[in-house]
Amino acid sequence: MILLANSLTSPAIGLIFWSVLIFGLFFFLLTKFAWKPILSAVKARDEMIKGSLASAAKAREEMLKLQSDNEAILKKAREEREIILKEARDVRDKLISEAKGKAALEAEKIVEKAKAGIENEKNKALSEIHEQVANLSIDIASKILGEKLLKTGEQSKLIDKYLKDIDLNKN
Amino acid sequence: MKTRIVTGLFCIFLLAAFSLPMSAREGAASDKDTTAFDASSFILDHIADSHEWHILTKKNGEGVAIYLPVILYSKEKGLNIFSSRKLADGREYKGYKVVEEESDLKGKIVSVNEAGGIDAKNLPLDFSMTKTVIGMLAAALIGMWLFISLSRSYKKTGISHPKGIQSFLEPAVLFVRDDIAIPNIGEHHYEKYMPYLLSVFFFILINNVMGLIPFPPPFGANVTGNIALTFVLAACTFLITQFSGNKTYWKHIFAAPGVPFWLLPIMIPVEIIGLFSKPFALMIRLFANITAGHIIVLSLICLIFIFDSLSIAPVSIFFVIFMDCLELLVAFLQAYIFTLLSSLFIGMAMPEEHH
Repeated sequence: MILLANSLTSPAIGLIFWSVLIFGLFFFLLTKFAWKPILSAVKARDEMIKGSLASAAKAREEMLKLQSDNEAILKKAREEREIILKEARDVRDKLISEAKGKAALEAEKIVEKAKAGIENEKNKALSEIHEQVANLSIDIASKILGEKLLKTGEQSKLIDKYLKDIDLNKN
Repeated sequence: MKTRIVTGLFCIFLLAAFSLPMSAREGAASDKDTTAFDASSFILDHIADSHEWHILTKKNGEGVAIYLPVILYSKEKGLNIFSSRKLADGREYKGYKVVEEESDLKGKIVSVNEAGGIDAKNLPLDFSMTKTVIGMLAAALIGMWLFISLSRSYKKTGISHPKGIQSFLEPAVLFVRDDIAIPNIGEHHYEKYMPYLLSVFFFILINNVMGLIPFPPPFGANVTGNIALTFVLAACTFLITQFSGNKTYWKHIFAAPGVPFWLLPIMIPVEIIGLFSKPFALMIRLFANITAGHIIVLSLICLIFIFDSLSIAPVSIFFVIFMDCLELLVAFLQAYIFTLLSSLFIGMAMPEEHH
C-alpha cells in the first residue's frame, strides 16, 4: 500500500511531458482565440455602458442648463417687449402732441392770413367805394356844374364850395 | 442539523443491511471459492494512471477495455509505438511488459531481460497516451470548444447583453477577473495575468468535473488527482511568480528590511524554502483533494463488494450521491483555491514600494 502510494505521489516523466504539452496548447490557443477577444469584448461593453451613463448624465445636466437659459431669455424678451412698448407709447404721445401743436400753429397762421386778406379786401373795397363815390360825385358835380355853369356867377363860388367839401370828406 | 439527519439515515440503512441478508450471505460465502475482495488494490488501480481504459471485467475474467497507444523510448531499442492491447493480460511485446506484481513499479512498462525478469536498471522512457493523458486532452478540447465558441458569440452579439452560452460562461470569466485577479494582483497589473488565471481555473474545473462523471471514457479519469499534472500547474505558477517579482520582493527575500544582519543566515534559507513551499502546497492540495474524493466514492461503492450483498447497495448509492454532491462543490472549490492562491502569490511578488 505504501509502495503503491509512492507510485501515486511520484510524478511520471511522460505525464509531465503530456501535461506541459496539453496545458501549454490549451493556454496558448485560448489566449489567442478566446481570452483576449472575450476580455476585450467585455471591457468594451463595460466602457460603453459607463460612457453612455456619463453622457446621459451630461445630457440631463445640459438640458437643465438649457431650460434655465430658456427661462432667462424669455424673461429678458418680456422685459424688452415692455421697454419697446413703452418707447412706442412715448413716441406716439410725442408725435400726437407735436402734431397737435403744429396744427394749432398752422390754424392760427391761416386765420391770421385770412384776417389779413379780409382787411386787404375791405381796404380795397373801401378805396373802390371812395373812387366810385368820387367819380359819382364828379359826375353829379359835373352835371350840376353843367347846369349851374350856365349861370356864370355862380360857377367859381360853387367850385370852391365843392372843393372844400371834398377835402373835408376825404379826411 | 443536516449532519444529524444524515447520520440517522445512515444508521437505519446500516441496520437494515446487516439484519436482513445475514443468512443469505452466509450461504453464499460457503459455496463461493473466490478470494476476499481487495478493495485497496481495486481503488488504487482506478486512481492510478493506466495504459488501457478499463471498462469492465467479464465473468470469465476477460477484460473489456479501450487500449491506448503506448509510446516508449529506450537507448537500446529506440522509439516504439504500439497499442497497449499487445501488452494486455501480462503479455510481452518487443521486449516490454507491464509489471503486475505488487511492487514499486506496478502498472509501469519495463524492459524484459534475457532471463525473463525485469530489467530495473534500463527503464524505458514512457511517453504513452495513458488514461490520464486522454482525459486531460478531452478536457482541453471541451474547454477550447466552449471558450472559442464563447468568443465567437461576442462577434455576433457585439456589445449588447449576454445571450445563450454567454450567460453561463461570462459570469464565470468575470468571477475570475473581479473576485480573483483584481483583488489579489491589483487594478494596474492584473490584465497581464488574466489568460493564465482563466486557463488554470477552467482547465482544473473541467478536469475535476469530468473526473466525477463515471462513464463513458474520456470521463471518469483521475486527471487533477494525478501529481504530474498538479506539479506542472504549480510549476507554472511558481515560474510566473518569480518572473513577475520586483525589486522589493527580492529585497524582502535576501535582505528583509528591519531584520538584524546576524539573523540573515537563518532568514534567507527560510525565505527560500518559502518560495518553494508555496507552489508545493498548491500541488499537494489539488492532488490530495481530488484523489481523496475519488477514493471515498470508490470506497463507498466497494462496500457492496466487501459485504458481498445487494442490500448494502442503497446505502452505498445514497452515500455516493451525497459524496458526489460534495465532490462537485470540491471541484469548484479546488479550481477556485488554486487560481486564488496563484494570483495571491503573483500579487505578493509585486508589492508596492512604500517601505
